[in-house]
Amino acid sequence: MVASRAIGSLRRFAASRTFRPPGYICRNFTRSSALLARTYINYGVKGDVAVVRINSPNSKVNTLNKELHAELVEVMNEIWASDQIRSAVLISSKPGCFIAGADINMLSSCKTSQEVTQISQEAQSMFEKVEKSPKPIVAAISGSCLGGGLELAISCHYRIATKDKKTVLGSPEVLLGILPGAGGTQRLPKMVGIPGAFDMMLTGRNIRADKAKKMGLVDQLVEPLGPGIKPPEERTIEYLEEVAVTFAKELADKKISPKRDKGLVEKLTSYAMTIPFIRQQVYKKVEEKVQKQTKGLYPAPLKIIEVVKTGIEQGNDAGYLSESQKFGELAMTKESKALMGLYHSQVQCKRNKFGAPQKDVKHLAILGAGLMGAGIAQVSVDKGLKTILKDATLPALGRGQQQVFNGLNDKVKKKSLTSFERDSIFSNLTGQLDYQGFEKADMVIEAVFEDLNIKHKVLKEVEAVIPDHCVFASNTSALPISKIAAVSKRPEKVIGMHYFSPVDKMQLLEIITTEKTSKDTTASAVTVGLQQGKVIIVVKDGPGFYTTRCLAPMMSEVIKILQEGVGPKKLDSLTTGFGFPVGAATLMDEVGVDVANHVSEDLGKAFGERFGSGSGELLKQMVSKGFLGRKSGKGFYIYEEGVKSKNLNSDMDSILASLKVPPKPDVSSDEDIQYRLVTRFVNEAVMCLQEGILATPAEGDIGAVFGLGFPPCLGGPFRFVDLYGAQKVVDRLRRYEAAYGKQFTPCQLLIDHANSPNKKFYQ
Amino acid sequence: MTSILICTFRNLPSTSESHFTFSLIPVLTQSFAVQSHKATQTKSKKTLAKPNIRNIVVVDGVRIPFLHSGTSYKDLMPHDLARAALTGLLHRTSVPKEVVDHLVFGTVIQEVKTSNIAKEAALGAGFSEKIPAHTVSMACISSNQAMTTGVGLIASGQCDVVVAGGVELMSDIPIRHSRKMRKMMLDLNKAKTMGQRLALISKFRLNFLAPELPAVAEFSTGETMGHSADRMAAAFAVSRLEQDEYALRSHSLAKKAQDEGLLSDVVPFKVPGKDTVTKDNGVRPSSLEQMAKLKPAFIKPYGTVTAANSSFLTDGASAVLIMAEEKALAMGYKPKAYMRDFLYVSQDPKDQLLLGPAYATPKVLEKAGLTMNDIDAFEFHEAFASQILSNFKAMDSDWFAQNYMGRKTKVGLPPLEKFNTWGGSLSLGHPFGATGCRLVMTAANRLQRNGGQYGLVAACAAGGQGHAMIVEAYPK
Repeated sequence: MVASRAIGSLRRFAASRTFRPPGYICRNFTRSSALLARTYINYGVKGDVAVVRINSPNSKVNTLNKELHAELVEVMNEIWASDQIRSAVLISSKPGCFIAGADINMLSSCKTSQEVTQISQEAQSMFEKVEKSPKPIVAAISGSCLGGGLELAISCHYRIATKDKKTVLGSPEVLLGILPGAGGTQRLPKMVGIPGAFDMMLTGRNIRADKAKKMGLVDQLVEPLGPGIKPPEERTIEYLEEVAVTFAKELADKKISPKRDKGLVEKLTSYAMTIPFIRQQVYKKVEEKVQKQTKGLYPAPLKIIEVVKTGIEQGNDAGYLSESQKFGELAMTKESKALMGLYHSQVQCKRNKFGAPQKDVKHLAILGAGLMGAGIAQVSVDKGLKTILKDATLPALGRGQQQVFNGLNDKVKKKSLTSFERDSIFSNLTGQLDYQGFEKADMVIEAVFEDLNIKHKVLKEVEAVIPDHCVFASNTSALPISKIAAVSKRPEKVIGMHYFSPVDKMQLLEIITTEKTSKDTTASAVTVGLQQGKVIIVVKDGPGFYTTRCLAPMMSEVIKILQEGVGPKKLDSLTTGFGFPVGAATLMDEVGVDVANHVSEDLGKAFGERFGSGSGELLKQMVSKGFLGRKSGKGFYIYEEGVKSKNLNSDMDSILASLKVPPKPDVSSDEDIQYRLVTRFVNEAVMCLQEGILATPAEGDIGAVFGLGFPPCLGGPFRFVDLYGAQKVVDRLRRYEAAYGKQFTPCQLLIDHANSPNKKFYQ
Repeated sequence: MTSILICTFRNLPSTSESHFTFSLIPVLTQSFAVQSHKATQTKSKKTLAKPNIRNIVVVDGVRIPFLHSGTSYKDLMPHDLARAALTGLLHRTSVPKEVVDHLVFGTVIQEVKTSNIAKEAALGAGFSEKIPAHTVSMACISSNQAMTTGVGLIASGQCDVVVAGGVELMSDIPIRHSRKMRKMMLDLNKAKTMGQRLALISKFRLNFLAPELPAVAEFSTGETMGHSADRMAAAFAVSRLEQDEYALRSHSLAKKAQDEGLLSDVVPFKVPGKDTVTKDNGVRPSSLEQMAKLKPAFIKPYGTVTAANSSFLTDGASAVLIMAEEKALAMGYKPKAYMRDFLYVSQDPKDQLLLGPAYATPKVLEKAGLTMNDIDAFEFHEAFASQILSNFKAMDSDWFAQNYMGRKTKVGLPPLEKFNTWGGSLSLGHPFGATGCRLVMTAANRLQRNGGQYGLVAACAAGGQGHAMIVEAYPK
C-alpha cells in the first residue's frame, strides 16, 4: 500500500512537460565587500528572541549566495554566543518571498564538480548547526520558500507559514537537473515520510501552505490580513513575526513541543517504512516509475533516489556525503546546463521588452468560441480581463462557454479556487452572437477557422465596429499575418497571436509582427500575453512563423519514416525515447491530420524542396477517409471515449502499404531515425535565426520546448547545437543529405558554427 | 468642572494614538458625571427637519428579554417571540390595531414554515388579517432594514403608521436533510409505481442521512465571522487585553443599566409552561483574570477572539411603532424621537467584513450636516470586542481614511463616555434580526433620560455591509 502511495504521488512526474519556474533565481553577482556592514541579513532582539530578517539588496527575491550565507553564519554565531537570547525567528523582510532558492549563477559559474560539492558541504554544515542549535529557531515563512530556502526552513525547529497563494514550499531542483544539496534529501524523508519526500523532490512541484501543514512540512499557519493600520502585506509580515516570536518564546520555555502529532495514516506509513523489505519495494517502484517517465534521459531523479536511499540505509554521514558529491556531479551534466539555460531563457521571455502600451487593454473580444477561442477566453477572464466571446451560432457559443466554465470548475475541484471565485471570474465573460460592445474593445483576438477568406471577412466586419485604438490579433498557426492584414484599413494595428492548444495548459504564446505592425501594437499584445500568464516569443512574419515552420519539416520526415515501414507505435516510442513528451504519430493525431495537411501544403509551396520528402498523399488520403486524428475519433490510432489504451487504426495499413517506399538501411537505425527528425527540426530553427524570423536563440529554444515539446533535457535546438557540437550536427546532416537530398542540407549559420568551434549561440 | 473633565476625556483617545488602550476605570466612574451633562453645547443644526419631507417619529419600542439560545425560549417558534414583542408594543403604546397600515419584520435564519414571519406574528398577535406584512433580511442589520423600510413607506406617503421589528431564534435552526436525500425524497413523491419507488430506494446510501447545517460562514468567502474578526483585530493591532477590557466594560455597563432599571424597552414575557422572563440573561461581568484564561475560539491556538469577548448566540425579538409626526400628534402621542438621515454601506466581505460603522458614521454625519461633536449618544452594535476596537482604530487612522475611505483626514473617535453606556450586544445579547430596533430605542431612551439631541446608531453585518442612522430626540 505504501508503495502504491509513493507511486501515486509520482503520477505527476513529468520533467519533460511541466517545466515550472523553479526555485533557483538568476541574479547577477553583487560583490559586496566583506568590510561593509551586513547587507543581506540584520537582526534585532525582542525580549529574549532574536529576529533575523533576510533582505537581499536590490532584488525582489532573496537568494542563497555566498554573501548571504556568510552573513547568516556570522549572525547565528552571535545569537548562539549571546546570553540574552534564548530563541530566534528567521523571517524575510520581502513580502512574497522567504528565500526563493540558491543563486543559480553561483552554481553555473563553477568550473568543476568539486567546487559545487564544496558549496553544498558548506551549506550542509551550516544547516546542521541550525538543526542542532540549543536555542530553538522558528522559520516564519511568507512567500516562496523553495530549494535552498526550504532546506533552511526544514533545518529549523518550527515553521510558521502565511496561508496565502504566494506562499509555496517546494524542492524544484530536479527541474534544473540537480538535487537538493543542502541536506534536503536527508531531512525531507524524515519530515514528510519517504513517499512524500520522493514526490516533492522528483516532481519539484510547489506546495501551498495549507497542504504543507497537512503534510507536516509546517507547524502553524497564519492567515493573511486585510487592510488595517498599515498596507495588508506589510502588516501581515509583522503579524507573522509577532506570532513567530510568541512561538519561539514558548519553545524556549518548553511550553510547546516542536514534535508534531501524526495522524493514523501517517503513523502507519512511517511504521511500514521501518521494515527494510517495504523500503526496498518503494525504492524499486519509484525507480521503475522514474525510468519509465524519463526514459533514462534525466540523471537527476535517479541520483535523488540514490542519495535518499544512502542516507536512510547507511546513516546521515554517508547521506550528506553522497548528497554533496552527487550535487556536484549533476551540476556539471549537459542536462543540468540545458535545463538551467532554459530557465534563464524562460525568465527572459516573461519580461516585457516592449514597454507598457499607450492604452491598457481592459476590454477584450474574442471571435470564435472553438477550442482555441474559448481557451484564450479562459486564461483572460482568469486574470480579470473583461472578455467578450463571440461566435456565429448559439450551440457553438454554448460549447465555448461551457469549456471556459469547465476549465474554471476543474480548479475548484483541485481547490485552487472557491466556487464563489469561479463564479465571479466567470462573470467577466460575456457570450454573444453580435458585435454589441465591440465599440469598447481594446483588443480583438480572432480564432475563427483557418481560411484566409474567412479571416478577411471577419477582419472587415470587425474593423467597422471597433474603435481606432483597438488591436486586431489573429490566432493562426500558419497563415501569414501580412496576408491577413492586406485587407485592413489600419495594418499597423494587426498582429499575430499564436496560442497553443490546450491554451490553459500550454505556456507558450508566439507573437508575430509584420513590417507594418507598430511598436505599440506589439507592446499591447505582449502585455496581454503576460497577463494571461504566457511565456512569450516575438517573431517576424513569414510562412509558418517560427514554431510551425520548425515542425513542418520534421513532420514531413515523420511521413517518410512511416512510408519506410516504421509503424506509428515504434515511431512514437523512438520520439519519446529521444525526450519528446508526445510521440510523433500521436502528435499528428492531436494536432489534427487536416490541419497538418493544410500546413504542409502551404509551407511546401512557400519553401519547396526543403519541406518535402514524405509524400503529401498520405495526409490527403487520411483526410479523405475522415481520419482526422483525435477530433474525429480516428487517425493513426483509434480514440474512444473512456478508453485509455490506444489501439492502432487498422484501416491505415492499406494507405501506408500503398505509399510504401524501401528504407535505406545505412540511415535507418533507431538512432538515425531519431536524428533525422531532430536535425531537420534544428536546421530549420537555425535557419529562422539566420533569416531574422527569430530575434534571439533564447526565444527559439523557448518556442521549441514550450510550444512543440522539443526535449527539455536538450535545452532547445540552439542549446542542443551548443552542447552537442555544431560540427557533429552538420556531419549528420551531410550524411542524410547524401542519402536523401536537399532537405537535409545544413544552413549557412549552422555551417559557420561548425567551422569555428568557438562560435556558440549562448556565450 | 465636569465639562473640563469631559473635554479632557474626549481628547484622551486621540492624543494617545500610538498606544491606544482603554482605561476603563475613568469611563465607569465618569458615566455618572455624564448624566448631568445636558445638551448645552451649540449644535451644528437646530433640527434635522427638512422642508417638504414628512417628519417621521418613533412613538415607542419594546423588546422581550434577550436570552442565551437554548434557555427559556428554546421550545418556542420564532414567530412566538415576534408575537410577544408585538403584544408588548401594543400594551406599551395602547395603539389601536386597526390604525396600523403595515408591518415589517427583519430576520436572518428563517424558519421555513414561517418564511414571511411578519405576517404570522401579526396574525398571532391579533392584528387584522386585512393588514399587510412583509419580512426583510439583511443579516445583522435586518431590523434596521425593517425600520428604514417603514420610514420609506411613510415618507413616500403610502402609510402613516408602520410597525417594524425583528426576531431571531437561534435555539432552533433549520437543519436540513442532505441534498441527495432531499432529491430522493422529492423523486419518491413523483414515483408512480411500486417498481419506481423501489428503484429509487435502492439508490439510498447511508451518507444521505448526513444533515446539512445552515452555514455559519460567509457564503462568498467561506470564512466564519469570528475568524474574520480575529484577522481584523490583528490587522488593526488590537490586543487580547484590549478586547477583554472592552468586553468587561460592556458587561459592567449593562449590569449597571439593568440594576438601575434603565433598560425600559424590555417587556416581560410569560413563556408558556415556564416562568415569566423579565430580564436579559447574558449580562455576566467577570474579571480580566477569568477572561484571560479562555482559549481562542476561532484562530487556534494563538488568536485573540474568545467566547468572552464575542457576542453570544441569542434568542429575542423587538418591535417599534413608527408614525408620521402629524399622525402621532393627532392621536395624542408624545413620540420619543425622530428618525432622521440613514444610509447603508458595503465593503469587501473578506477583509473588511465588520467595518460598516467606520464607513457609515462619517457618511451619515455628512449627509445630516452634523459633526461627531453634535452627537450625544452613540449606539454601536457590538458583534465582537475586536470589531468595535478595529472600527475605532480605523476611524482614528489617517492612513486608513486616506487609503480606504477616500477621505483627507481621519474620522475621529466617538467619545467613550457617550458610547454604548447602557451595555451592548456583547453583554445584552445579539439576536441577529432584532438588534437594530434595540439600538434605536436605546439611543432614544438615552437621549430622553440624559438629555441631548442627537443620537447615532451604527451596525455592521455579514456581507461586509453596514448601516448608520441619526436619531433626534423629540423635544420635551
